[in-house]
Amino acid sequence: MKKLALAASLALAAPAAADPNPADWPAVLAEAKGQTVYWNAWGGSTTTNDFIAWIGSRVAEDYGVTLEHVKLTDTADAVSRVVAEQAAGTDEGGAVDMIWINGANFAAMKDADLLFGPYAAALPNWQFVDTEGKSVEVDFTVPTEGFESPWAMAQVVFIHDSETVPEPPKSAEALKAWIAANPGRFTYPQPPDFLGTTFLKQMLVELVEDPGLLQSPANDSYDEVTAPLWNWLDEVTPALWRSGKAYPQTGPRQLQLINDGEVDLAISFSPGEATAAIANDQLPESARTYVLDGGTIGNASYVAIPYNANAKAGAMVVANFLLSPEAQLRAQTPDILGYGTVLAMDKLDAADRAAFDTLELGIATLSPAELGTALPEPHPSWMTRIQADWAERFGVAK
Amino acid sequence: MPNNTPSKTGWGIVPLVTIALLLGPVTAGMIGTILPAFGGLRPGGGGGFSLQAWREVAATPGLGTSAWLSLKTGLISTFGAIFISLLLVAGWHGTRAFRAVEQALSPLLAVPHVTAALGLAFLMAPSGWLARLGSPWATGWQRPPDLLILQDPGGWSLIAGLIAKETPFLLLMMLAALPQARPAERLQVALAAGYGRVTGWIFAVFPNVYAQLRLPVYAVLAYGISNVDVALVLGPSTPSMLSVQILRWMSDPDLALRAPAAAAALLQLGLVIIGLALWRLAEAACGTIGRRLLWRGIRGANRRDDLARGIGLTLSIAAALAVIGGLVGHLLWSFAGRWRFPDALPESLRLRTWARHGQEIIDVSAGTLALAFAAALIALVLVIGCLEAEHRRGRVMGRGGLLVLYMPLILPQITFLPGLQILLLQTGASMGWLPVLIAHLVFVLPYVFLSLAGPYRAWDARYATLGAALNASPDRVLWQLRLPMLLGSVLTALAVGMAVSVGQFLPTLLASGGRLPTLTTEALAIASGGDRRAIGAWAAALTLAALMPFVIAVLLPRVTYRNRRGVLDG
Repeated sequence: MKKLALAASLALAAPAAADPNPADWPAVLAEAKGQTVYWNAWGGSTTTNDFIAWIGSRVAEDYGVTLEHVKLTDTADAVSRVVAEQAAGTDEGGAVDMIWINGANFAAMKDADLLFGPYAAALPNWQFVDTEGKSVEVDFTVPTEGFESPWAMAQVVFIHDSETVPEPPKSAEALKAWIAANPGRFTYPQPPDFLGTTFLKQMLVELVEDPGLLQSPANDSYDEVTAPLWNWLDEVTPALWRSGKAYPQTGPRQLQLINDGEVDLAISFSPGEATAAIANDQLPESARTYVLDGGTIGNASYVAIPYNANAKAGAMVVANFLLSPEAQLRAQTPDILGYGTVLAMDKLDAADRAAFDTLELGIATLSPAELGTALPEPHPSWMTRIQADWAERFGVAK
Repeated sequence: MPNNTPSKTGWGIVPLVTIALLLGPVTAGMIGTILPAFGGLRPGGGGGFSLQAWREVAATPGLGTSAWLSLKTGLISTFGAIFISLLLVAGWHGTRAFRAVEQALSPLLAVPHVTAALGLAFLMAPSGWLARLGSPWATGWQRPPDLLILQDPGGWSLIAGLIAKETPFLLLMMLAALPQARPAERLQVALAAGYGRVTGWIFAVFPNVYAQLRLPVYAVLAYGISNVDVALVLGPSTPSMLSVQILRWMSDPDLALRAPAAAAALLQLGLVIIGLALWRLAEAACGTIGRRLLWRGIRGANRRDDLARGIGLTLSIAAALAVIGGLVGHLLWSFAGRWRFPDALPESLRLRTWARHGQEIIDVSAGTLALAFAAALIALVLVIGCLEAEHRRGRVMGRGGLLVLYMPLILPQITFLPGLQILLLQTGASMGWLPVLIAHLVFVLPYVFLSLAGPYRAWDARYATLGAALNASPDRVLWQLRLPMLLGSVLTALAVGMAVSVGQFLPTLLASGGRLPTLTTEALAIASGGDRRAIGAWAAALTLAALMPFVIAVLLPRVTYRNRRGVLDG
């Protein structure tokens, strides 16, 4: 009891850590040493979990920062945690130090002033980031303004088993015809799962007359703009896997379904996921990826630091390490993670550039040229309304 | 003996502390749920009474179906579990086959719901193990058929999973209640009157057993209506069970959705109350019908009796096999190389999954077991204190005490835990292991009490008289006679407590803010990714962590008392 009481009084007596100044990097490093960073990141993928564990061992080695991966089933869990802490007046020493985030979650936190920053551009490794060629400063049309730091590029690809489906459908119309010809062999993750919502957005981009409309917030024209999407879904749903009465709850579960032979196609937001899954025996060796003829949506994954984080300096050190050529190279290695780098090759020194150049992309991973230029994400307001409408129209099986 | 009054020795305080520990968090959680449901505790403060939250709940697509599903799965699964365990006990109690099934089922009690559900999912899927074993030679399937078995909108796979998991629990509860019902004598009379074995048992013995079984049955019913962990794995998603919908609102970044979550949590409580009321009506109806049948003289001898016995044995073996088969499936997947449909077995066995997850599993297991041990030990000390206070007062706990004990088991977790989280945050006590420990205690305490109360009360008080005659104080009798003689039961109670703690999902998740990973929370997080190898490894570790304390509880007394066999039987 005495020890407990002592610990409690020490905790109370310790001065509240002043906001670390990102511009004073040596001070950040000094403060970070010995801190424990609770990184709240989706924990459903074995390869991502392994990568985060590796990041943890490296920052412990180099900077004395302990990284704990809080495995989320949904990123919103971490956001709601911060929201609840703010409501309860916990403005310091919060439970969440860093969140793997983007899109609507970021927009919500930024809107509510729940983020620490701006800090991204002050990170020493920011100098390598490809700010011109890649969309790393606009997240789902919302400017990041330095409140989140990118660490991976993602782009929609579709996975198919080249043995059962040698010629996969490469447009929304072709997919509709394929589903009709192969009933029960296609499904998508159930919205509001982000990959399920991504599938709806990808189809919307394909079907809408003027995709440019999706770059501004959804307004009165919403019903008219989205009508082709709902028609498309009405037509394909009866021929979906389980006739649309059940859906896989997450993206990776589709891989299991392909491996089990239940479906033939799956959507993925990581061009390297299929290669990594083949190496892990999670997909057949004949699995391959492809993009649609009209291009596919791409975005960046970021890390953000809540305003009340307990270890802001430690979190910035981790965010900075994530941008290092060493970490980026590992992330892009196909059988480790296979995520696209956010760095600009021409900003790296010769040795690092050579390392990226010689990276074998892997058997099922498309080259940057094959991926093509990623289409921009629609404004988050579209996703919010589409999610709600989907639940109304298809969330209750008929 | 001057020092045997509870007040002087301090024993009287223990029941009060226990009640406070049970009711405190529950009451706090209820307040934290009721206020936001009616416009209180709004983000940003302000606001008065409002029914807005209820309007939002009412506008949710598929809400009526969700509510109906919850009631339906709870009622049918509870009935199914009672039906199977009743037929088994009635038809086979006292036979060798019964002992075999009982021995197979009792360890399954400790298997956490999550692992059982995940195992069943792999067994029952159209591409699951059962289909693989029969394909293609029997079924002709080269590819799995597009059959809606798992997560069906009707909730039947969820019902099957709940039955398989709850049958062992009700069976053991029935067995515990059996001695007081003096089944042998009663059955003798019924058989003499020409009744078949099963029918005679149901008419003559079961009513007495059921009187003691009632609260455990209500706990099973409430769990069936409101559970989250099994529903996440086996339950439907178009729409999902009400409890799952509440969890979704609770974890939405939009804090305004806490209000509908709170309102729906109260609706969930209402469903449990309706379920319990319907159940009580059914109890009364069964009593009436039973008496009518008795008067008509239906005796159910011979063929009908054999049929009932056959059904009872088959279904309980099926329940046991479903859970055991799922566990074997987990273990196999954790070592599997490439394994595609319709292969009955993996192409190869490898250690890669364990090499990859092993270290983390060991770390998390250590934390999980430490937490479980702490919770179970505290609960054990309190329970022994309560029972000893009861003993020294010479008065057995009344109905009110029993209700308090069952309160956390009958009140849906999803109703008061979200409120508890909100209040924990308000007091700034939201982080670390202490709130998790307290939340676990709420659920561990009742089970430890239920496990120990029977043996503790049944201990022959003449030993105490003997001790007192030898001038031993009551404390000395407790420490040197009673507890050593009850070592087996005490350790079993500890093991029960640890297994309960290991299996907790919502209390861990909501009281720790995700900062305290346990095997259960990690297993469910991994499950969302659908990587069967990782799921297999985590589920196997979770099962082991829940079972290990039982193994120790069985072995330790045998080793300690290897020279004193008489103590083991006492």
